Amino acid sequence: MASFLFAAAGFVLTTIALGLLVILRRRAEVDHMMAAQLLGTGGVAILLLLAAATEAPPIVDVALLLALFAAFAAVAFVRSASGSEHEVQDTASGR
Amino acid sequence: MTILSIFDIGLVVLILAVGAASIGMREAFSAVIGFVVYGLLLSIAWVRLSAVDVALTEAAIGGGMTGMLMLGAVARLRFAKGNDSRTSLPVRLAAGILCALVAAGLAIAVLSPPEVIPTLAPMAMENLPQSGLGNPVAGVLFVYRALDTLLEKVVLILALLGVWSLAPDRMWGGIPGLRVYAQPNSKLTFLAQLLPPVGIVVAVYMCWVGAKEPGGAFQGGTVLAAMWLLVMIAGLTSVPSISQRWLRLLLVAGPMIFLAIGIAGMVLANAFLAYPAGYAKPLIVAVEVALTLSIGVALGLLAAGPPERVQRP
Amino acid sequence: MRLVLDIFTVLAVSAGAFFFLAGTVGLIRFPDALTRLHALTKVDNLGLGLVVLGLLPQANGLFGALKLVTIWLLVQLSGAIVTQLIAGTVRQHGPRE
Repeated sequence: MASFLFAAAGFVLTTIALGLLVILRRRAEVDHMMAAQLLGTGGVAILLLLAAATEAPPIVDVALLLALFAAFAAVAFVRSASGSEHEVQDTASGR
Repeated sequence: MTILSIFDIGLVVLILAVGAASIGMREAFSAVIGFVVYGLLLSIAWVRLSAVDVALTEAAIGGGMTGMLMLGAVARLRFAKGNDSRTSLPVRLAAGILCALVAAGLAIAVLSPPEVIPTLAPMAMENLPQSGLGNPVAGVLFVYRALDTLLEKVVLILALLGVWSLAPDRMWGGIPGLRVYAQPNSKLTFLAQLLPPVGIVVAVYMCWVGAKEPGGAFQGGTVLAAMWLLVMIAGLTSVPSISQRWLRLLLVAGPMIFLAIGIAGMVLANAFLAYPAGYAKPLIVAVEVALTLSIGVALGLLAAGPPERVQRP
Repeated sequence: MRLVLDIFTVLAVSAGAFFFLAGTVGLIRFPDALTRLHALTKVDNLGLGLVVLGLLPQANGLFGALKLVTIWLLVQLSGAIVTQLIAGTVRQHGPRE
């Protein structure tokens, strides 16, 4: 069973690797932002497979944090994408 | 075992490729995205090295918070220079040479290990039961090397003071210039309402489980910081001014309680930062709880940046 | 019984892995940002769901299984919202270079 799960983890890693390399080679910012999303799902799947294969439950916690921070990183990307910044109060008054 | 080694080699190749792609990016924004992806992948590598504690920290710090800090820097550069932010050739050359030197030093250290690798691990494991802890990493952090951990938290506050001191004089005590995504955007609002309750539970869990299994104050604190930032970015709560008393109290609470317990140890257990017999675990958990809050506030404020607005009465 | 559960795991995880492949193919082949985003989110979330489903018999105890399902729900919900956010920037500014 363990070697099947490892093989599945390796397969998912391969698909993610392909996706990531294609995404990062494109020029549009939007494509780059998808990278966090890709790892949010694929990375979590890999970690869960590894946790089951090595019978090490703490790895599930890593998957949990990865899911949480992939979402957080994606929000940070969207906020910082050029032109989408809006400040609540204009900083000009303070400058 | 062969499937495993193929997996590991593939992972290493992917990490190197993402690292190279990140360096090769023309836009600073895209380079930061590459860096965040690199951090998230690195946490999988740490899992493969059986260092789950480090993997948790890497996912939280490398994937989330450092990316957030760097995106703040990118936004500031854009604001300051428009799109014309190219550095001159000598500066780039110097930076490249410096990076190459650091990489070479690390490579030499990694590629030529001593014959017998010195380790204290058996001793650490042998004495661990005395502390009542189950996680050897927590044992090292809070029992064997408690002084290092204490100083590390103080350094975090010093770093925050460094960021704050970038503020001009008249802004001192003002509100950090966190850039807020303040479009009336119901999607982000929804996410900022949905994720923090989950995140707070995860942070409490991380802090609690740290005594027995991988986890701990730093991971929990980082999750808290991220959730706080998310709520502030969505405009659901205002960014507090840095002169608020509760804010400063929370910032120093962790290190102060740690220090107080350490000094009490001089009286009760005959050594600075020693725990009285039988009370080690409850004291350590108390310190971890206080540190989680302090780390959360400190990291959140670090990402929020130096004060840029004065508080209006 | 054990054998039946193991076969179930193999089937579900394989199906999940297939959907990850499909998601990547979509990511590579689809013509514009919005359709690629669509492929990425929907298909990969389905893949993760199937992987989680397949791992449930292997989880340690009820709480272990519950945790797996919680993680999938978390990824599902946050992923869906984040995708909407990214798509929102595409609609506002175009897929800027």
